[in-house]
Amino acid sequence: MEQELIHELAAAYALDALDESERREFEEHLAGCEQCREELEGLRDAAAALAYVPEGPAPPPALRDRVLKRVHEDRQANVVPLRRRAALPAVATFAVVAAAAAIVLAVWASSLSSSLDRKSAIARVLGDPAAAHMHVGPSSQVVVGRNGEAVVVSKLDRAPAGKTYELWVIDRSGARPAGLFPAGSSSPVLLARRVQKGSQVGVSIEPSGGSKRPTTIVGVSAPA
Amino acid sequence: MNLRVLPGGAPRPASRSYNDFPDEALLALASRQDEAALAQLYDRYGRVAYGLALRIVRDQALAEDAVQEAFLTVWRRAGSFRPERAKPSTWILTLVHRRAVDVVRREERRRAQPLLEGQEEPDERALPADEEIALTDRRRLVQEALRQLPDEQREALELAYYGGLTQSELAERLSVPLGTIKSRMFTGLRRLRDLLAEAGLDEPLAEL
Repeated sequence: MEQELIHELAAAYALDALDESERREFEEHLAGCEQCREELEGLRDAAAALAYVPEGPAPPPALRDRVLKRVHEDRQANVVPLRRRAALPAVATFAVVAAAAAIVLAVWASSLSSSLDRKSAIARVLGDPAAAHMHVGPSSQVVVGRNGEAVVVSKLDRAPAGKTYELWVIDRSGARPAGLFPAGSSSPVLLARRVQKGSQVGVSIEPSGGSKRPTTIVGVSAPA
Repeated sequence: MNLRVLPGGAPRPASRSYNDFPDEALLALASRQDEAALAQLYDRYGRVAYGLALRIVRDQALAEDAVQEAFLTVWRRAGSFRPERAKPSTWILTLVHRRAVDVVRREERRRAQPLLEGQEEPDERALPADEEIALTDRRRLVQEALRQLPDEQREALELAYYGGLTQSELAERLSVPLGTIKSRMFTGLRRLRDLLAEAGLDEPLAEL
C-alpha cells in the first residue's frame, strides 16, 4: 500500500473499522512510524469520546458483581502465568504500540522531552509494588517509590489568585522546596527531589513563584 | 522547625479508599493485583462502557458479556498500560469498543443505522447526581462537536464506531469508493479531535 494511504488508516484503526488483515498491516506499519503513533494517540482520544454519546440504560448492578467475581477468580487461578501473559500480550492493541516504543527507544532517548521523563517516572512510582502510600493533609496523598522518587496526588481546590501550592521534603535539617503545582486537577505531580527514609513530605500555599521556606502549611505526611 | 504541629499537618494513616486516586494510579494498582482498584475503575467507566457496548451489539446479554470481557482485559493488561502514550480513559474505552465490535462481527448482529437520539430511555438511578451531570455535560459536548462535522464525515464516523462496520463494508453500504470512505473517516476524526480540544474535553471524566 502506498505510504500516504497507509497513514490515513490511523483513523479507521482508531475506529476499529479495519478487518483482520488490514489491522495487521497497519500495526506492522505503526511499529516503524513514529508519526502515525503520535497521530493515533489523538485520534484514539477522539474516537473514545464517541463512547460518551449513547444514552442507554445503566448496567444492571449484577454486572458489577460478575465483573469483580471474574477478576477475583482470574487472580486466584492464574497469578503466576497471568503475570507472564500480561507482560507478553500477543494480540494486545496497545502492546503493539508498547513494543514499537521499545524498538525506537534508542531514537527517543536523544529527544526525550522532560514531560515524557516525568510521566515515565510517575508511572514507575505508581507501579512500584514496594511504594509507600501516605496522606499529606486531608486532600492529598504521596506515593514514595523504593528509590525515593515520590509522586503527590491531590484533590486540592485551585490555589487562590496570586498563590501556588508548593511541595516540600522535610528532614531534621528543615524543609527543602520540591516543586510547585497549581492544583485544581488530580494529575499526579512528581517531586523535584527524592524522599529519603524518615523524611516527610509537605504541601503549603505560597505566593506565585514559590518561597524559600513554607509559610502556610496545608499538610505534612508521616515519615517515609 | 516542627511542621507537624501546624494546622492540618497531623499525619494520618493512608486510606484504602480509591475515590481520589487518578486513573493512572488505579491502573498501576490493578497491575499489582489490587482488585479494589479495578472495582474503582469499573465504577468510573462501567456506565459508559455498558452504554457503548449496548449501542453496538443491541442486546443486553451480549453487551454485558462484552463489558465483562473488556474489564477482564483491563485487569490482565493493566501492566502494559503506558501513561506517556495514552490517556487511561481512552485505553479502557478502546478495549471496550474493540470487544463489542468483535462480538457484533461474530454474532453478525450489526445494523446499518445508529439509534436515533432519545430513542432509548436513560436510567437515571445508577449514578450520583453530580456524576450523572458530568456524564450528561460530556455527552452534550461530544454531540455538539459531532454536529459541526459535515454530514458525510459524521455518517462515516457513526457507522464505523457504533455500527461496527469495516471500511470496506462502509464503502459498499454507502456506494462510494473505499478511498473516499478512508478520507472521510480520517478528515472527520481529525476534525472531531480538534473540536473536542477547543471545547476543553481533555480531562478525565472523574475531574469534570
